[in-house]
Amino acid sequence: MSRALSAFLPGLPQLLAGRWGAGATALLLWAGSLAIVATRPSRVGAALTGSWDEQLAVATLFSALVGAWMWSWRDVAAEHEVKRVGVSQWELAVRAFSKNRTAVAGLIVIVALYAVALLTPLVAPYDPVFQGDLIIERLTGLSAAHPLGTDQFARDVLSRLLYGARISLLIGFVAVGISVTIGTLLGAIAGFIGGVVDGVIMRFVDMVISFPRLVLLITIIALFQPSIFLIIAVLGLTLWPGTARIVRGEVLSLREREFVQAATALGFSKARIILRHLIPNALGPVIVAATLGIGNTIVLEAGLSFLGLGVQPPTASWGTMVADGRNVLLNAWWLSTFPGFAIVFTVLSFNLVGDGLRDALDPRLRR
Amino acid sequence: MSDVRAPLLSVRDLRTWFFTDQGVAKAVDGISFDIREGETLGIVGESGCGKTVTSLSLLGLLPQPPARIMEGSSVRLRGEELIGVGERRMRALRGNEISMIFQEPMSSLNPVYTVGDQIAEALRLHRGMDRKEARAEVVRLLAEVGISEPKRRIDEYPHQLSGGMRQRVMIAMALSCEPKLLIADEPTTALDVTIQAQILELLAELRKKHGMAVLLITHDLGVVAEVCDRVVVMYAGQVVETGSVYEIFAEPAHPYTRGLLDSLPSVEEPGRRLDSIPGTVPNPVDWPTGCRFRARCSLAAEGCERPQELIQLAGAGRAARCRRVDASLVSGVAAP
Repeated sequence: MSRALSAFLPGLPQLLAGRWGAGATALLLWAGSLAIVATRPSRVGAALTGSWDEQLAVATLFSALVGAWMWSWRDVAAEHEVKRVGVSQWELAVRAFSKNRTAVAGLIVIVALYAVALLTPLVAPYDPVFQGDLIIERLTGLSAAHPLGTDQFARDVLSRLLYGARISLLIGFVAVGISVTIGTLLGAIAGFIGGVVDGVIMRFVDMVISFPRLVLLITIIALFQPSIFLIIAVLGLTLWPGTARIVRGEVLSLREREFVQAATALGFSKARIILRHLIPNALGPVIVAATLGIGNTIVLEAGLSFLGLGVQPPTASWGTMVADGRNVLLNAWWLSTFPGFAIVFTVLSFNLVGDGLRDALDPRLRR
Repeated sequence: MSDVRAPLLSVRDLRTWFFTDQGVAKAVDGISFDIREGETLGIVGESGCGKTVTSLSLLGLLPQPPARIMEGSSVRLRGEELIGVGERRMRALRGNEISMIFQEPMSSLNPVYTVGDQIAEALRLHRGMDRKEARAEVVRLLAEVGISEPKRRIDEYPHQLSGGMRQRVMIAMALSCEPKLLIADEPTTALDVTIQAQILELLAELRKKHGMAVLLITHDLGVVAEVCDRVVVMYAGQVVETGSVYEIFAEPAHPYTRGLLDSLPSVEEPGRRLDSIPGTVPNPVDWPTGCRFRARCSLAAEGCERPQELIQLAGAGRAARCRRVDASLVSGVAAP
């Protein structure tokens, strides 16, 4: 019965069983992807042979469709009993996290944002740089043709918002990925080896932190052509000291634990102990910092773009869109408002998830 | 009594000093002993007398600085000098030739991996096994150390096991590469009394089965009596007495050993008030000159303020660091 149900409407059996989070996610994913295929068949078809980001979008679409289906099908088949053997701390943390409703809501928003960002070429009503008739379509309010209005160059705000999401989320994710990798490695090495190595690394950290980031960014961008990659690189290479400090602190306490001595006594190399034994144990706070960091980075990027130092026109970015709307705020409120809201909700979601992760990953805070 | 087997591990004049802000702590100050193949040697002494530092020095596990193994120290494993040997060679020996188990089974296992993964890591590193072979070997090892349902336990995480089981897992990990010498640093101190006995029994059984030598570090003379062949009594960074378990328990030569034994309850004299040794181990930064036990010794007399040498006594490898040692023990003739 529920098996047949999951074939038609994946997620529904889970929803009926009271697992609203998992059920709703699967159902929305499935229905959403199906709706895209149904409403824009020609665009999907064209994207199959289009540019790489269009193909990526199609791949995402189909994996969401098939994934939701298969997950629901298998989930119904699997018995739901509490696993007793081999419950890792990560699984305990996932259980604790999934009980935190606001954090799960934040996670759903983030997943949806990334899904939309990947699918943008298929769902956006217009090309982000397409200009309509400058005389009649300039700064038009909300309408059926332009759900979120148009800007002073008669471009569709919704489309630009969607493409802007790609930029913001990409920059946030990649810059934090770079900074977390560098910070974790350097912090773990400094904490474990100690002595002169620790001193050198941490003084370098102090140096990077004490450098005014905005001045550095402005200098670098003045020297080179501003581009997305430059921004990612600059943000990634200036944000890591925070992570390095967190990881070093964790490792300093972890290295005194006996399992590190036991690993040494078993003849494991320093590199192996750092990578396989210390870093996985220090990852909890890093994940929290990274999640909160993505939110911060998105704000930072928006700020840079607002100042004209970030993503350059005509590429859409939330920061530049807010800046564009600033001069016409009283006549065309929709121009700045929607990207502003987008920034707020995205960052809020990351912060909610970060807080939820912190509670879930710290056993002392688990109830 | 005499045993002509060549020593497996031979420690000569080992001095491990810590250079701290408070001064130089001579935690281990010139100790020597041998461990023969297949024998169990116990190192006993109060907290702070240098037992653990000794064991960590053998494997080169102390952070240097602040620790420093002083010039002239020698640790030979089957004739190979280990002091000053490169880190790479030391890593090859650790786990392979010499393994170690620790006091705290609660924190000696990495919380993020299953016990199976942790034991398998050593197997794959030292014995070059692939994933599947290692897993089969881990199941066998877990069964060998007396863990029931090894096929299920292999996928459990340390926090799901009891203290005794974790210590068994630690033993399995230490045994994984069939070491010639197992150093057990207070392996039962953190466990319940009933579990202690089980773990000691397991260690004795595995020692016999694999023919490995065991260096057992403990402050518990009861444990020593149960499993050791020979004993080294340490006090204030020095060896104060060595001998077979039988000799030491029957005729303790050094007043410190006698004090330790007097503080144990005895079956022969039930109801006897237990004696304790007055005072505590002195500060290693500032060992007393002369006999280091002098201030706490009931036999202290004139002459004890001079440095004491180990005096050879009758019996194989029997010695005591006390000038007032009973003359009958030196000559081997029982006092009238």
